Amino acid sequence: MSDFTSGFWEIYIGVITIVSIIACLVLLMAMSSRRVAGGTSQTTGHTWDEDLGEYNNPLPRWWMWLFIITIVFGLAYLVLYPGLGLYRGTLNWTSTGEYQEEIKLADAQYGPLFQKFSGRDIKAVANDPEARAIGQKLFLNHCAQCHASDGAGSRGFPNLTDGDWLYGGDPETIKTTIANGRNGVMPALGPSLGAEGTRDVAHYVFSLSGHTHDATRAVRGQEKFKSNCAACHGAEGKGNPQLGAPNLSDKIWLHGSSEDQVIATITSGRTSMMPAHKDFLGDAKVHILAAYVYGLAGSATPKR
Amino acid sequence: MQPDTSYNYRVVRQFAVMTVVWGVVGMLVGVIIAAQLIWPDLGFNTPWLSYGRLRPLHTNAVIFAFGGCALFATSLYAVQRTCYARLFAGGLAEFAFWGWQAVIVLAAITLPLGYTSGKEYAELEWPIDILITLVWVSYAIVFFGTIARRKTPHIYVANWFFGAFILTVAILHLVNSAALPVSFWKSYSAYAGVQDAMVQWWYGHNAVGFFLTAGFLGMMYYFIPKQAERPIYSYRLSVVHFWALIFTYMWAGPHHLHYTALPDWTQSLGMVFSLILLAPSWGGMINGVMTLSGAWHKLRTDPILKFLIVSLSFYGMSTFEGPMMSIKTVNALSHYTDWTIGHVHSGALGWVGLVSMGSIYFLIPRLFNRPGMYSIRLITLHFWLATVGIVLYIAAMWIAGVMQGLMWRAVGSDGTLTYTFVESVKATYPFYVIRLAGGILYLAGMLIMAWNVFKTIAAGTPAVAPIPLPAHA
Repeated sequence: MSDFTSGFWEIYIGVITIVSIIACLVLLMAMSSRRVAGGTSQTTGHTWDEDLGEYNNPLPRWWMWLFIITIVFGLAYLVLYPGLGLYRGTLNWTSTGEYQEEIKLADAQYGPLFQKFSGRDIKAVANDPEARAIGQKLFLNHCAQCHASDGAGSRGFPNLTDGDWLYGGDPETIKTTIANGRNGVMPALGPSLGAEGTRDVAHYVFSLSGHTHDATRAVRGQEKFKSNCAACHGAEGKGNPQLGAPNLSDKIWLHGSSEDQVIATITSGRTSMMPAHKDFLGDAKVHILAAYVYGLAGSATPKR
Repeated sequence: MQPDTSYNYRVVRQFAVMTVVWGVVGMLVGVIIAAQLIWPDLGFNTPWLSYGRLRPLHTNAVIFAFGGCALFATSLYAVQRTCYARLFAGGLAEFAFWGWQAVIVLAAITLPLGYTSGKEYAELEWPIDILITLVWVSYAIVFFGTIARRKTPHIYVANWFFGAFILTVAILHLVNSAALPVSFWKSYSAYAGVQDAMVQWWYGHNAVGFFLTAGFLGMMYYFIPKQAERPIYSYRLSVVHFWALIFTYMWAGPHHLHYTALPDWTQSLGMVFSLILLAPSWGGMINGVMTLSGAWHKLRTDPILKFLIVSLSFYGMSTFEGPMMSIKTVNALSHYTDWTIGHVHSGALGWVGLVSMGSIYFLIPRLFNRPGMYSIRLITLHFWLATVGIVLYIAAMWIAGVMQGLMWRAVGSDGTLTYTFVESVKATYPFYVIRLAGGILYLAGMLIMAWNVFKTIAAGTPAVAPIPLPAHA
């Protein structure tokens, strides 16, 4: 892939750069004589605003050297590194290459540490203190932003410690979730249900978990639930891990349990996205992370 | 209309007074957002008080309102006096003043409301951008028209820098603000992706180089020799560093985009020219400071000279720090940390702020027909408050920045990151408190200046300065 649309621009930028740097040097040299007419005792003879004048002292030598050193450094750098159009530099350095080199070194150094857990059963890894320590670091840097540092989640981001799982909590499923990510989509039902219908369905949903609700509305909502919601959430609202459709009969509310919040969820739908980590972290780290998350659920003390 | 026998001080007075007013406002907003970083609840859940909206208000207010008014005031004063000519097109100068104030007020309304183009230091939406263009063209006509009217054969060095600043800012503004409007308060940049980023930082770094450096060097070249009553140290140093500086700055922008999608060769060029920029920058510092040779004793008693000379030492410090931070390996540590904030403020508070304050202290008595400022002791107090404030501010941000950079890259024995991001935020807390203290001191100094300026003006009358004949043919 080229950075340039034609070979002209590559030469254009290279030539302009070199000429420019040389021009700085020429400007400096042209003004570098030590003997200057006037010197420190006399001004140049020009006067402005009644009393403004100028001496014409020679350029300070140390300053000239500073200028020359930076120019020489600049030119040397442009020989060694890419800078002049498509010229690659004698070191053949690229930022992508440097990154890949660092990754390679890191893999060589730390890879075996992660690899030794790869073949082992996730449940066993979850009980290994060393793996848990690594897993915690990974979790804090890659998961805590959404799921909180203790894994308890926040509104819209599932609690990982309560033993309730949208997509299933067995070790392999957790690993799949981390590796490939998840896309949870609930469609907006407001348009088809209408405002009153939405409220009725909300109260029926409340009734499923024994939440306080308006019984009349709940009865009215039941029919609408069956035709609009049951396909994903099940006839009894127990959810469906295949689709990531939440169980509505427990007391866990991902997007809030107030009447307004539930109505908002039904009306506008929800789109939840968990990013895939497979390519970024690699299988070995995802394995350790899955074990850590599995372990979190084991220690669960439901918060909500 | 005044006859052409006296200088036009009216527009200079207007800009000089607004420099002080906007200085107080801009720095106050700075103090508020510094406090929000310690106490996030200070946004009171009000969208237009949130950090994200007040921060661009702060940068626009201090750079374009405070710094801009200072540049207008000093350049329009210096160009008249060094050319022995009354301002060309006084009506346009008046328009430039009211137009610029309108820009500032519009910025103060639209930015908190969330109208932004999303381009740093160029956030204002397209209708305001057009007004800026009109003001700037008027300014250029007034300035260069006055130069054309000059009664001296040579153009004074301060005017080279003011001229370069006016021309270049015009080009930067037009190119970077090019956008496609979709509604009255919404537009999209004319550029996409990494090209947009490159244009933005070509603009961004040259806003520093020409608005905040070349313009203020012009200020320095007039007010230091005036206040010190000494000739400029070296004409040829002026020549070399002027051309080298305005030429080299143009290339330095890509150092804001190290290790990004910008091609490697572009990043290298940005770094190389940033390094070459060190000597041309220091040329200005040397020329200013050495102008004092033979008059060093004046520093002891003259607080205005203290402002001007100390500003140059901060200038020298920031222009050493800048090239150093542009080196890729240093940048890998410093980028995205508070070190950058420290660097910017050593330039902004130390160089731009102090040189403007010194120049305004010089101007006010002359513009309002007074022998001197109301209180010299208050100027001295302002100087020390500001200096201590700057030192607290930049030292805190240096330490915080290097600490953040080191925490973000620290890895444990298993190769995983040692710290989470939020741990680095927590560790920065005490430094945010020190920074706030520094900012409050700096603002306090500005308030003292406002009082001093108010008392001086209250006792004075608008000065009328006749234009003398040039000293020689």
